[in-house]
Amino acid sequence: MLLTVQHQTRYTYSQPVRGVVQSHRLTPSKFDGQRCLNWQVSVSDGIMGGSFRDGAGDFVQGWSVQGPVSEIVVMVQGQVETSDTSGVLRGHREIVSPLCYLQWTMQTRADVALGKLAEASAKADGSLNSAHSLSAAVSEAIAYKPGATTAATTAAEALALGEGVCQDHAHALIAAARHLGMPARYVTGYLHATEDDAPHEASHAWVEIWVEGLGWVGFDPANACCPDERYIRTGSGLDARDAAPIRGTARGVGAEDLDVAVAVQLNDQ
Amino acid sequence: MTVYFNEMYNDGQVRVPYRQLEEWMNNMPAELRQMKQAQAEDLFRRIGITFAVYGEGGDPDRLIPFDMFPRVFTSAEWARLERGVKQRARALNAFLVDVYGRGEIIRAGRIPAKLVYQNAAFEKAVVGIKPSKGVYSHIVGVDLVRTGPDEFFVLEDNCRTPSGVSYMLENREIMMRMFPALFRENRIQPVDSYPDLLRRTLASVAPEKCQGEPTVVILTPGHFNSAYYEHSFLADLMGVELVEGPDLFVQGEFVYMRTTEGPKRVDVIYRRIDDAFIDPLCFRPDSMLGIPGLMDVYRSGGVSICSAPGAGVADDKAVYTFVPEMVRFYLGEEPILNNVPTWQCAKSDDLKYVLDHLAELVVKEVHGSGGYGMLVGPKSTAAQVAAFRERIIADPGNYIAQPTLALSTTPTFVEEGIAPRHVDLRPYCLVGERVELVPGGLTRVALTEGSLVVNSSQGGGVKDTWVLAE
Repeated sequence: MLLTVQHQTRYTYSQPVRGVVQSHRLTPSKFDGQRCLNWQVSVSDGIMGGSFRDGAGDFVQGWSVQGPVSEIVVMVQGQVETSDTSGVLRGHREIVSPLCYLQWTMQTRADVALGKLAEASAKADGSLNSAHSLSAAVSEAIAYKPGATTAATTAAEALALGEGVCQDHAHALIAAARHLGMPARYVTGYLHATEDDAPHEASHAWVEIWVEGLGWVGFDPANACCPDERYIRTGSGLDARDAAPIRGTARGVGAEDLDVAVAVQLNDQ
Repeated sequence: MTVYFNEMYNDGQVRVPYRQLEEWMNNMPAELRQMKQAQAEDLFRRIGITFAVYGEGGDPDRLIPFDMFPRVFTSAEWARLERGVKQRARALNAFLVDVYGRGEIIRAGRIPAKLVYQNAAFEKAVVGIKPSKGVYSHIVGVDLVRTGPDEFFVLEDNCRTPSGVSYMLENREIMMRMFPALFRENRIQPVDSYPDLLRRTLASVAPEKCQGEPTVVILTPGHFNSAYYEHSFLADLMGVELVEGPDLFVQGEFVYMRTTEGPKRVDVIYRRIDDAFIDPLCFRPDSMLGIPGLMDVYRSGGVSICSAPGAGVADDKAVYTFVPEMVRFYLGEEPILNNVPTWQCAKSDDLKYVLDHLAELVVKEVHGSGGYGMLVGPKSTAAQVAAFRERIIADPGNYIAQPTLALSTTPTFVEEGIAPRHVDLRPYCLVGERVELVPGGLTRVALTEGSLVVNSSQGGGVKDTWVLAE
């Protein structure tokens, strides 16, 4: 598939801020399932900082903006050619040990209920089958419902509620997998809306689970499938905060307002 | 009955390094001693060197007691210690470069992967990032104890920000002021080159992007920190700026310091702030002490951070067990300094041994420091031992145990006159383009009779440490 992404994030400050510093992970990963044809990230009035590819294979770019400013716009646009690798992250260069992804975080801690869900649905054998079973169990336990949860909701809270969005599905699956000793991580990227007319978030999050022999394999419990050619992968981390595509701070006292618009289009040809 | 090695008297004889001191000691009447002691305390107060003790309440400006009786090494004794400490500092740095790179020591099966990669001090964020000159730990504080004429053991390594070096410098300064004659009669190697060596070490690891003379700063959490005095003292002696987080900011590819003449680029940050707090964008988002964006600048080669983020995985108490293995693996040498035999309570066989021998052992928390949360079996009551047993059983992985070492003693001025007290030693090894060690260190002394705990937070004091010239 040839996908075109347009992603705009607008920060508005109630009072001008003295400066802004951001760290971006907004660039498509390099692996067999996707090839970047062109890609551009810009920050209004931004000064480009250092960039590097980190140990997990993500491309990180720093930015800073000198104040006073009242508004900042981060624009991402580009084209990516994708193919279906059945969810397997083949050909991705990274050197972080999978064992690092067994560490729990506040949002991915397995409580008793998550532990039970994990144990009831899969064996602690690290197999591909177990990973599939876990993902299916999470899809079933948490219904897709925007607005039911917030960015700070934990995996345990989302499971208790039985509702949530892709972030909650991902956190719950990560917690369940780690509970069974399977390294798991939070993945961010874009998703091309499908033809089923269901509402989809174009900025998306899913999970990768380490399967011995295969490596990292993607699972999207929010859509009950494995990522395929509709997905564009940009970065990963222990949880939503660790994997955040944009991390930033503003030096100022006022309130910050955020407006995000994302479109992922299929190019015919 | 344990026999403790007395560093001054052995088999009824005064050992060589202490010969001159015997006369000094015998010729000092009690009144003079008291006067000198008062004078020393006055000097320390005036200089402002104090040490706040966490969790003990009381006077935060309390002095660490200074004992005037020096601790002395011959140059031959020191030569061996120096080789041993430098060897260890090299191995620890090689280990850090390796585990944040390919992890050869793990692939070779010489250290368990879990111990490194699932360690709370392992920083995933710096995997694949090689710091300037391949150095992670620029100041390695190696805590040593002595149990015999030639027997030294390493208690622990401090690879992050070992404190206390200001005491090494101040203790010497004060001794020279109070007893100038001693320094004429003995040929004592100077330690006052330390600040200059530290500055040169830090400058030697400036990033490649730095042109010209590197700008070095010391980053402190602020005056409420217990080691603030040391931060400002070192900044002063090194002739570099002492800064707090808000004094620095990131712009473009670099870090700048606010000055009255406008922003000035900073090349090397000697930070006395923990990893978790140095950059809210990368680590703890609630940190007010750090510099947003610093880690991106660091990871893209715009600034050096000393010690490098992630260095803490090398001085973890469970990783400590493997340092001799690191020396063999990376340097192809046999360790000059021995480790204390250590039982890992995480291993079931070790746990059983520890629980069966609790009353004889010293038990420590894996991530503990400062002498808190530890059990000294032979010095504890049955009830204390029983209570600690419950804590170990509840969380075995959090504890390691070691035999109670027969720490050497040196003569120390006490109420009744002069008496032996137990001591340890922390030399400060500098690692940059070169590996350097000034001849001396911080000797800590357990002032309470019979006590083996030398931590200042537990009533320990300090002494001047002499290394004699040949």
